[in-house]
Amino acid sequence: MDTFQQTQRTSLFERPGRAGRAAQRGKTNRLLSYAFLTLVGITMVIPFLWMISTSFKPKTEITRPNFFPVEATGANYTEVILDTELPRWYANSLVVAIMSTVSVAFFDTLSGYVFAKYDFPGKRIIFIIFLSSLMVPTEMLIIPWFIMSSNPITGGTWVDTYWGIAFPGMITATGIFLMRQFMQGVPDELLDAGRIDGVSEFGLFWRIAVPLSLPAIGALCIFNFLGNWNAFIWPLIVTTRSEMMTLPVGIQFFSTEAASDWNLIMTGATLSVVPLLIIVIIFQRYIIEGVALTGLKG
Amino acid sequence: MMRLTLARRKILWAYIFLAIPILFFAYIRIYPTIFAFQMSLHDYNPLAIEHKYVGLENFQKLVAEFNNLRSPTRAAFLNTAAYVVLGVPIQLLLALAVALMLNEIRFLSTFYRLVFFLPFVTSTIAVAWVFRMLYQPQFGFFNVILQAFSLPQQPFLSRPQQALPSILAVVIWQGLGYAVIIFLAGLKQIPQIFYDAAQVDGATRWQSFRHITLPLLNPTLVFLIVLQTIAFLRMFAPVLAMTAQGDGGPLNSTTTVVLRVYREAFQSFNMGYASALTVTLFAIILGITIIQLRFTSRNIQ
Repeated sequence: MDTFQQTQRTSLFERPGRAGRAAQRGKTNRLLSYAFLTLVGITMVIPFLWMISTSFKPKTEITRPNFFPVEATGANYTEVILDTELPRWYANSLVVAIMSTVSVAFFDTLSGYVFAKYDFPGKRIIFIIFLSSLMVPTEMLIIPWFIMSSNPITGGTWVDTYWGIAFPGMITATGIFLMRQFMQGVPDELLDAGRIDGVSEFGLFWRIAVPLSLPAIGALCIFNFLGNWNAFIWPLIVTTRSEMMTLPVGIQFFSTEAASDWNLIMTGATLSVVPLLIIVIIFQRYIIEGVALTGLKG
Repeated sequence: MMRLTLARRKILWAYIFLAIPILFFAYIRIYPTIFAFQMSLHDYNPLAIEHKYVGLENFQKLVAEFNNLRSPTRAAFLNTAAYVVLGVPIQLLLALAVALMLNEIRFLSTFYRLVFFLPFVTSTIAVAWVFRMLYQPQFGFFNVILQAFSLPQQPFLSRPQQALPSILAVVIWQGLGYAVIIFLAGLKQIPQIFYDAAQVDGATRWQSFRHITLPLLNPTLVFLIVLQTIAFLRMFAPVLAMTAQGDGGPLNSTTTVVLRVYREAFQSFNMGYASALTVTLFAIILGITIIQLRFTSRNIQ
């Protein structure tokens, strides 16, 4: 559509000869663009294809240069699923990601709503303190968190528990900021009308503000889920027993131990990556637009 | 029961709603931040009963190690700087090129966008192990390709000179799609009418890029530079997964500040010294962010 308008405009304002050349140049440029983009695209896809293809190779084939397996086998999958705790790591990752996502969805939305719709002493300073916590990198907090998690006097023994893995991400400053922006769009008249009708303050949030901001809450949930699913450094530190590891931590330990059994390592990687890729491909529009909208890093 | 005015009741409810988040931020974010600063001034071994106050000794040790040519801490800081200085410009230039081209095409553009985005949502650990195999001598994909073109085999991860660029390439590869999406969002906000006007005035494509796209894209660029700089400063998982025993080798050639923190704190239990490292990292991140925001936002005018 835009291209059509452009060419039309060109022909209106420019002499025909120049317009023709410009159109010709545009076409060549577009061809070059496609060539470059395809090249980058291939670079993006090949590692995944290699990973999947190696996961179907028997061990004897991994040192051979062929891309596709000569004798494809599913034995790697049986071995990885039955002999490792990968199913358990999956479950752990799922539990932790869902736990923190539910908490973030509730508390970030509620806090965002309060910052957008209420006036109270200390509002500005509390908001600034919340946001400035973003400046402190996780890496600086992991050592104190570890001491807090393992010392029974200050915080109980959170090592090797779901709470221990999830607690740093139960409420996020980015989410609060995002939801505040969104909640500012909820009309005050609607809330005041609710107040006159005798709706409780929590009812106003739950029955008016939340239904109006479901798209934003959805985006928040997706990013939070992805972020927690792939989180690595804290789960690595707070889990010591194999049955409490999350998927990335489990994959790291399993791959280190498997040493040169690349067929098994690639099977583990495939199992950990492909289901998520399928989910992302299904919800791609929503996810990519959400990223563009919020600039949130997963 | 006490009667409250509406305004007062609303204030009360605001505090009730925020009670848990305030407690959370106080205990999970602010207290540990202060705790980290405090630890950096102590000889903190979690296994010991007492933690001796040592003043700035941990920081003095850090400076001494940084001045020692063969210490891993020096290597960690220099490598981290190299990851940032090489990684940020390469990644952003590539992403900008891809975004500009994606912005021009209609057919298949959603498909390309998705393909570029996929690595970003996959686990860094899984990706790192896949590339570790691709980099293997003889049967690794890259060496197979080199061999197919009768080019000499490369050691990649096993030679100090090649290991850092090899790991860096993976990180650039994985984060590219994210930068592309953000650039695209920035490009979409530039009104088409500016380009039309420039075309009427006979501007070349380069001129309209230089004088329209680039200045109007500046906020996006600043945002990405700050974000990616911080991300590269915090490099950890790819190095842990792609080096033998996760040691940042060969010969400390790929180790990073965060990897040093991890090893000092959780393998040697020198938590005081590790905290001094994280405090330094925090200061660097803060400083760079402030400088970049100042410097780059002045460029807008």
